[in-house]
Amino acid sequence: MLTDIFAYDFMQRAFAASGMVAIVAGAVGYFLVLRGQTFAGHALSHIGFAGATGAALLGLSPLGGMLVFIVLAGIGMGALGERLSGRDVGIGIVLALALGFGLLFMKLYPSNAAQVTSLLFGNVLAVSKSVLVSLAGLAALTLAGLAAIGRPLLFASLQPELAEARGVRVRLVGILFLAIVAVAVAQSVQIVGVLLVFALMVGPPATAMLLTTRIGVGIGLSALIALAEAWGGIFIAFHTDWPTSFCITALAAAAYLAVLALRKG
Amino acid sequence: MNAIAFDKASLSVGGRSVLRDVTLAVAEGEFIGVLGANGAGKTTLMRAVLGLLPLSAGTIRIFGLPATRGNAAIGYLPQAKTAAASLRLRGRDVLAASIDGHRWGIPSLTGGKKAEIDRCLALVGAGALAARPMNELSGGERQRLLIAEALIGAPKILLLDEPLANLDPHQQQVVVDLVRELSRSLKLTVLFSAHELNQVIGAVDRILYLGQGEAAIGPVDSVIQPSVLSRLYGAPIDVVRANGHIFVMSGGAVVERDQHHDHAH
Ligand SMILES: Nc1ncnc2c1ncn2[C@@H]1O[C@H](COP(=O)(O)OP(=O)(O)O)[C@@H](O)[C@H]1O
Ligand SMILES: [Mg+2]
Repeated sequence: MLTDIFAYDFMQRAFAASGMVAIVAGAVGYFLVLRGQTFAGHALSHIGFAGATGAALLGLSPLGGMLVFIVLAGIGMGALGERLSGRDVGIGIVLALALGFGLLFMKLYPSNAAQVTSLLFGNVLAVSKSVLVSLAGLAALTLAGLAAIGRPLLFASLQPELAEARGVRVRLVGILFLAIVAVAVAQSVQIVGVLLVFALMVGPPATAMLLTTRIGVGIGLSALIALAEAWGGIFIAFHTDWPTSFCITALAAAAYLAVLALRKG
Repeated sequence: MNAIAFDKASLSVGGRSVLRDVTLAVAEGEFIGVLGANGAGKTTLMRAVLGLLPLSAGTIRIFGLPATRGNAAIGYLPQAKTAAASLRLRGRDVLAASIDGHRWGIPSLTGGKKAEIDRCLALVGAGALAARPMNELSGGERQRLLIAEALIGAPKILLLDEPLANLDPHQQQVVVDLVRELSRSLKLTVLFSAHELNQVIGAVDRILYLGQGEAAIGPVDSVIQPSVLSRLYGAPIDVVRANGHIFVMSGGAVVERDQHHDHAH
């Protein structure tokens, strides 16, 4: 069965791409949950939709357009800081507006339904060699960025007032972090799509936090859980012919609920 | 040399003047109770000592040097409930995140840092608490842990911003006694803000009372006078002494009780 699945090139690429993206999403998502910014991550993915369709309109690469758009939006959100990041209403409006623009761009440049569906819901089975290379580069960049700001990010996330007093540039760290989140979101969209980014970026860290109270272990666990869910999802999808993104999101939800039930019981 | 010296210092926040022309000196090892109604400027004063607030006039010197951000001589317990308090993370990891938190790079916990955390936990008798998740601690236990954190790096000054908020009377007494004991044994200079004079009256060497943009500092008996407090409250004040307690009254009501709500600043 396993040899079966790896007999296909596109399957190999799917496992490689989703593996890299899952590890990044799990690690970055841990901080997103820690900081209570999951909604901001969600909004960034929607902004990515407008970016990707807008790029298609201009004849540019959707991944590139999405990346530029999301990173700019992430930096903007970070710069507005507490005035926006913590505010659900502001983010909600931006999120809806972005989806609306995405729709408009699609209307102006009619792309085929499959392209749109894969943007919205992901299509990991269609990852090309060049996209795979891009994803590898972006994954390395994201993890390097996270490592570079890890210490002040953790401090500022847990105790912002104290961090400020100790000389941490809390605002700058917040901006850099959302820029990193933006890159991670752009990668995740390739796997699970704009609408289901939560499954990779929020489910695993939330599950990890139920399993351990240790921060270092939690980050590692979150990345591992995301990896297991992504690969498990592809595996199930291969054998059931259900959509991969559905299988990944279902696994993410099932894992979270199972751990929750185990802890309560 | 004075631990803290204000010379004609004026502080304003967001363009609003909070304290005007304040001159005061706190000697090394003194335990100062900082009092005043909500919005009187207790938090603002501490932030200025931490160098987080540019002065609109005058100077603040810490052991003879101008107040600057990231001063290792100052330990701080902010008023705002820390984000970490509601997370399922063990206290030890939260404390560890604050060590060297201002440096870029990956968090690392060397033997020296571990020993420093253990030393500070032992000082407040919180060794066992640190293994438990923050969100499962009682308010008093959490404060004990955060006081340990403020002691990391052996500061000479402790700024504790309303550490008694939301604690029951017994827990309040435990925290006050703990800080008093620490200040004696470690020769710490302490600014300890509180809502009610009676919470700290047994522990303080002197009090600093803020109101109407002004500050009065001195022994309890010289500051808690109708003439002084009437000026700080901008209204006629009576002082009633009973059973070693002192009640600051305005028009027959205890003024401190009116503001006995926790708030975020
Ligand atoms: N971020 C802020 N922006 C504008 N005004 C503020 C801010 N923080 C505090 N203030 C104002 O500064 C004054 C002093 O506040 P604060 O130092 O928090 O008082 P206290 O700690 O004694 O309750 C208050 O009038 C408050 O409204
Ligand atoms: Mg305050």
